[in-house]
Amino acid sequence: MKSILGIAAASSLAIAASAGAGEVRMMWYSDGVEGEVMQDLLDRFMEENPDINVILDNVAYQVIMEQLPIQLAAGEGPDIARVTNLKEQAEHWLDLTPYVEDPEYWRSNFGDQFDWMRPDGTDIIPGFMTQLTLVGGFANKTLFEQAGVEMPGEGATWDEWVAAATEVQESQQLPAALVIDRSGHRITGPLLSSGAVLKGEDGKPAPLDAAAQDFITRLVGWTESGQHMRDVWVSAAGTTYRSGADEFINANIAMLYSGSWQVANLSTKIGDGFDWVAIGSPCGSAGCSGLPGGAALVANKNTSNPEDVGKVMDFLARQDIVKEFSERTLFLPAHKGVIEAGGLDFQTEDPQAKAALEKFVEATGALIPAANEIPAWRYANAMYGAMVNRISQAMAGEMPVEEIFPRIDSDIAEQVAAADGGQ
Amino acid sequence: MAPLRWFARIVDIPLRAWQRMTGQGGMIALFLLPNMAIFSVFVLIPLGMNALYSTTGGVEFFLADRPYIGTAHYQRLMDCGNYLEPRSCRDDMFWIAVWNTARFVVLQVGLMTLAAMITALILNRAIPGKAFWRAVFFFPVLLSPVVVGLIWKWILQRQGLANLGMVELGLEPVNWLIDRFWAFAAAVGVSVWAHMGFYTLILLAGLQAIPRDLYEAAEMDGTPPFRVFYRITLPLLMPNLLVVLVLSLIRAVQIFDEAYVLTGGGPGTSTMFMTQYIYEQGFANLLRNPGLAAAASILMALVLVVLTLMQLWLSRRAGRS
Repeated sequence: MKSILGIAAASSLAIAASAGAGEVRMMWYSDGVEGEVMQDLLDRFMEENPDINVILDNVAYQVIMEQLPIQLAAGEGPDIARVTNLKEQAEHWLDLTPYVEDPEYWRSNFGDQFDWMRPDGTDIIPGFMTQLTLVGGFANKTLFEQAGVEMPGEGATWDEWVAAATEVQESQQLPAALVIDRSGHRITGPLLSSGAVLKGEDGKPAPLDAAAQDFITRLVGWTESGQHMRDVWVSAAGTTYRSGADEFINANIAMLYSGSWQVANLSTKIGDGFDWVAIGSPCGSAGCSGLPGGAALVANKNTSNPEDVGKVMDFLARQDIVKEFSERTLFLPAHKGVIEAGGLDFQTEDPQAKAALEKFVEATGALIPAANEIPAWRYANAMYGAMVNRISQAMAGEMPVEEIFPRIDSDIAEQVAAADGGQ
Repeated sequence: MAPLRWFARIVDIPLRAWQRMTGQGGMIALFLLPNMAIFSVFVLIPLGMNALYSTTGGVEFFLADRPYIGTAHYQRLMDCGNYLEPRSCRDDMFWIAVWNTARFVVLQVGLMTLAAMITALILNRAIPGKAFWRAVFFFPVLLSPVVVGLIWKWILQRQGLANLGMVELGLEPVNWLIDRFWAFAAAVGVSVWAHMGFYTLILLAGLQAIPRDLYEAAEMDGTPPFRVFYRITLPLLMPNLLVVLVLSLIRAVQIFDEAYVLTGGGPGTSTMFMTQYIYEQGFANLLRNPGLAAAASILMALVLVVLTLMQLWLSRRAGRS
């Protein structure tokens, strides 16, 4: 009996030891094929570093959004994670400075986005962006051609795009002309392009000004008139995210306003169903800006294996690896060296996808300064949530649009108070 | 048998010693201990923690990191110009959820009890394929609520089966889940469909326990069927009916999963119920507010406590009568 207990105790100690040393767990979600690409890259890393075993845990995006924050707050969680809610969880990221071979390489190539994911006022190396994304639109070229409607050109305004898409809607008897994803992040670019000032001088959210109210009023108006598809925004309460991509893929709308991360998805699912193009962001009085963003690979400061984590991160941040990852996943790279070297050969047979990616790269030049500040702004989420929730109520006919503005302001104020440790 | 007997004797020794030391009360406590330990870990302690959370602010998860703010969350939730008009409330979303839940409970419990009663009465008769029909009505109970929500979403969405059928029949399609009236009706209807089988079974058991000779006597007297139902079936079925009413009431207050999958709380906030409000405040919102979620859940728990006490009181009264 004694010997059995002894063997069991020894085995469990051995298991515990092997689980700690040389093992790195990575929590990962996928929009397209990037999970397979990452596994392939990690297999190569493990060949080069046989003493480190990297386990890729593929999870749903919802797990990243809802469960990871709880794990991190509890001092648990994976060693490395791919996240999009960057600033909100900044306090949990490991400073990689002592664990990477050349911190200067990291700072010079990824430094522009460090403020998006590190606590304000710090200079840590928190991780790197696996991809940059840019909010922007897509148009169904085939539907426009069938309707005999010319697509608005460079510098066209939101009104011009909506008018053109509505002509297509009427001609082709579509359920709607366009859809914007149900997301506060998505409509922030158009608000800023309309001249709205969202960030007050004190760094906290400013009350919605006339420019913001005007765009929101027009958006609700487009929804009431059936131009903007009601289903996507109205089909949920609260801050739930809803994508309009499926409506575009099914050719139910002439125009989708989403972002660069949809390129691979559209290319795969539309195939040769119809021709489509990326159109950048329609213009307002202040510019034609989308909103930058993206996903980052960050390390958990509670990891018991920071040295091994550093090695994995160093490998994945290598210029040749970042280039390969971007080319295979059709994501825009965040690595300055990769961008400056150019010559990215996106691995797709679809010329539409290649053209769309080039359009998004070009559209980064149209970003207005206020849009560049948003990803590093800790109160952005408070603003996104309040806008989505209340705009949906107006679209559903629960309250007049002019009533949602003070509600949005007070919701944001409550959220800011909560974030600052009050209620 | 011998090894079993030996085992029983070995176990007996400490038990007898324990009884000698503590008496009968000690034995009762000993046997209750495992259950109470599980109950404490999974119910009592979380309940206490939840109460503590409801008195703290901020977005941190650990209690130690959260500032104490007293009853501020409760004040926020209860700060209302007119409780019947959610828009006059400081946290209008909470009161929208409360009134949606109240409407849902009244409709769902009423319709489901009625449907379960009618179904049980039919299934209690000598109909062909009785066992098959019982299985048909009970089948949805076996499905996961998420599966139920998804099935009905595929049927009711804009390009779903229902609209496909309507178009085939030359009718105008209806945007069931985007229309406030139809979405609420769908949430109620799907919930009735999903849970009715369980309550039908309880009522069926009650119906089968009613002595046949009462019906035979009524038949010999030439009593009309409605009077038989009103004078014999209903009074004798009352204990079962009370169980059905109270159980379904408690369950309806907790409505979340199938409705959340089906409508996401929309259109607008038409089908946002209390549990969804709590879930979103605590977990789903981009900026989580666990304290507010905890306070709302404590208020909801109070409603459930009242309903449970009502169930106990009614059960005892039914038992006495």
